[in-house]
Amino acid sequence: MESKIKGKAWIFGDDIDTDVIIPGKYLRTTDMQVFADHAMEGIDPDFSRKVEKGDVVVGGNNFGCGSSREQAALALKYAGVSCVVAKFFGRIFFRNAINVGLPLMEADIECKDGDIVEVDLLEGTVRVNGKDFKGNKLPDFLLEILTDGGLVEHRKALQEQDK
Amino acid sequence: MSTISEKIFSRASGKEAKANEFIMANVDYAMAHDGTSVLAVRSFKKMGLEKVWDPKRIVIPFDHLTPANTETTAALHHDIREWIAEQGIPNFFDVGEGICHQVLPENGFAMPGKLVVGADSHSCTYGAFGAFGTGVGATDMSEIFAAGKLWFKVPETIKVTARGKLGKHVLAKDVTLKTIGTVGAAGATYKAAEFYGDTITDLSISGRMTLCNMAIEMGGKAGIVPPDKKTFDFLEGRAVEEYEPVYADEDAEYCAEYDIDAANLEPQVARPHQVDNVCDVMEVAGTKVDQVFIGTCTNGRLEDLEIAADILKGEKVAVRTLVIPASRSIMIEAIRNGTAETLLEAGATLGTPGCGPCLGGHMGVIAEGEVCISTANRNFRGRMGTGGQIYLASPVTAAASALTGEISDPRTV
Repeated sequence: MESKIKGKAWIFGDDIDTDVIIPGKYLRTTDMQVFADHAMEGIDPDFSRKVEKGDVVVGGNNFGCGSSREQAALALKYAGVSCVVAKFFGRIFFRNAINVGLPLMEADIECKDGDIVEVDLLEGTVRVNGKDFKGNKLPDFLLEILTDGGLVEHRKALQEQDK
Repeated sequence: MSTISEKIFSRASGKEAKANEFIMANVDYAMAHDGTSVLAVRSFKKMGLEKVWDPKRIVIPFDHLTPANTETTAALHHDIREWIAEQGIPNFFDVGEGICHQVLPENGFAMPGKLVVGADSHSCTYGAFGAFGTGVGATDMSEIFAAGKLWFKVPETIKVTARGKLGKHVLAKDVTLKTIGTVGAAGATYKAAEFYGDTITDLSISGRMTLCNMAIEMGGKAGIVPPDKKTFDFLEGRAVEEYEPVYADEDAEYCAEYDIDAANLEPQVARPHQVDNVCDVMEVAGTKVDQVFIGTCTNGRLEDLEIAADILKGEKVAVRTLVIPASRSIMIEAIRNGTAETLLEAGATLGTPGCGPCLGGHMGVIAEGEVCISTANRNFRGRMGTGGQIYLASPVTAAASALTGEISDPRTV
């Protein structure tokens, strides 16, 4: 995973809950494409058709609040979203995103739909329209999990090292 | 000068743990249900691992889509059952045993001072017993399956104090909704809550579970009631191992404090589509409803069913009314003591113990444009069905609304 991410913004508001990110009726499968096809359906039914690989989701307060469903992070990841930027996250979504290798950044940014957002995970910064915003840089141990592509890959890498 | 959370994480990590520190904590009990175990087991297998860290410390109740509603669900259930047998996990609760957050306490896994982690956001329910109960996602759970430990950021703590005697037909759910309305849907994000005051100590175990269950609805990582005699009595003969109660120090540091005036509290309702969109029942009284749902890990316990039956006794419901006990033992007791008969005679439908339609999976989802008054914990947009509207309330407010077909103040019916 690259530590510098650049993509087109999709703006969502405050308190975007996991039920709208991936409605409960689509949870009973292990087919990632199903999650991707219904990403954000509860708030924007056309999102999965409009979003392009590399795009960035921008939320307000409390993005990903609600249930523990990891499918919410998976839906965004497999829909092609490269990063989620929000003022702050629901804490389980925050953990899930890192665990499935979906980069995220806590930052209060000024941004509108379609703006190009540049996120530097190692620096903990976001740049939009030539303006820089300071975010909360992730602790190193979480950056390592993200860099390895998620917790499963991270654990496998550690197990390799031990051998 | 430590909070309950700091003390529990100190023990679980083997070192002095203060708020905002990252620590590695040993998990006492780990829970995954039929919904989250699918991805947790998938991740566990992808990690290339064969055996879980300690089968006795893993608890798996099937509750989210039970009995299986489709062939796909049945196949997923089948695979998880096979894995449970392979791993020799003794604490498996299959279809009909009840909702995870009821099953764990009933079977003594939620104990004071313990770190109980569930792959379900409402795992904060275990705080009703003085445990640090918290929710994680599936891959975090696979890491616990693998190693028995997980990283945490030790949370800061908010202190909520509720004082006063509750009025007639004002219940634990009303205190809970009032608290969430006061703190806000994100007011406790990344934080734990501790609950104090005579209102809280007066609550039954069942009521405390309602309160702690919804800590996540203000963003909370945990919601904890300090254990007392009621807790110890409940755990007598149930607790699966010895436990040591943990209390906050007098000079513990809280990042925020809230006071709830419970003596003057009216029945509360959370309007669509956010749980903190809370008002007195009078403000929404008269809103037509299509369905009433009494159940879930929030309000599917015996006292909830009994209070609904008291209202419905000898009457007939005006709209379809689903009652789903939170566990098999609750259902048995409701049958034994006549509660189930009263509800059925009043025209209510009784469902298999489990989550029911709460998360929109099956067994009572609603149509576009329909309104449901529910005793559950979430009223998010589309949760019980696309285009549906969910109002959250106590079981007595829900039962009163069942009689009239509109949201009703239980003190007026």
